[in-house]
Amino acid sequence: MPTLANYLIASGLLFAIGLGGVMLRRSIIIIFMSLELMLSAANLSLVAFSRYGLVSGHQNFDVQVLVFFIITVAAAEVAVGLAIIVSLYRARQTTHVEDLDTLKF
Amino acid sequence: MLLTAFWFFASLMILFGLSVVLLRNPVSCAMSLVMCFISLAALFVTLDATFIGIIQVLVYAGAVMVLFLFIIMLLDLRTEKSRRLNFGATLGGTLVVAAFLSILVQVINADPALSKALPALPPGMPTDVKMIGFTLFHSFGLPFEVVGVLLLSATVGVIVLSRKSLR
Repeated sequence: MPTLANYLIASGLLFAIGLGGVMLRRSIIIIFMSLELMLSAANLSLVAFSRYGLVSGHQNFDVQVLVFFIITVAAAEVAVGLAIIVSLYRARQTTHVEDLDTLKF
Repeated sequence: MLLTAFWFFASLMILFGLSVVLLRNPVSCAMSLVMCFISLAALFVTLDATFIGIIQVLVYAGAVMVLFLFIIMLLDLRTEKSRRLNFGATLGGTLVVAAFLSILVQVINADPALSKALPALPPGMPTDVKMIGFTLFHSFGLPFEVVGVLLLSATVGVIVLSRKSLR
């Protein structure tokens, strides 16, 4: 049987991969995909805690409702973010973060 | 059986997650992300969260990734040209990720309560879809309505953002 620590390590590894992608990649689409990876990693640890911390004999369904809300908000976030990327591309003809330095100090 | 499924799907998830970050072609990255999300859904099913697993496949691996592929197609993104690596950013990123991972592993190993075995569920329990629906409409009615408003405003925002001329 896998333990709670196994699931938390898997989730932490996925989060670290997403963090590395955000910091190392230069294409704005890939950075956005890595953000999705980090959100999903948080979902995995939430669901693991809900399964291992039983409330009066069954899983903690409040947590699963929270994960449901997170997935909904993430879907809205992806739609808005991709629309921003499209209008950015229309204005600058690039999706490379090093070419977008107007706000750089 | 459950342990085998866990190791199989967890290693698949980490493998495809790594290929999202390491591959150069954006379409291969998106396809790896689809496979990563499907393995994550399988992990949810091993945790007896069938509803969340199905939602994960429908929303993430389905809708969100179609949106990503559509944008990649629309912007006609090719394989990234390899540019000179920004040495400071690479070093800093690697350091931050390594520090995060080492702290996480230490914290998880230090707590013996985290290595307990999977507690058994009582037999004859209602399905999790029923229980989630009950919890959602019984105690989270207002957040549910607010999320509906959020989705509506996101839709309107996307339409406003993607018009030809922003005024």
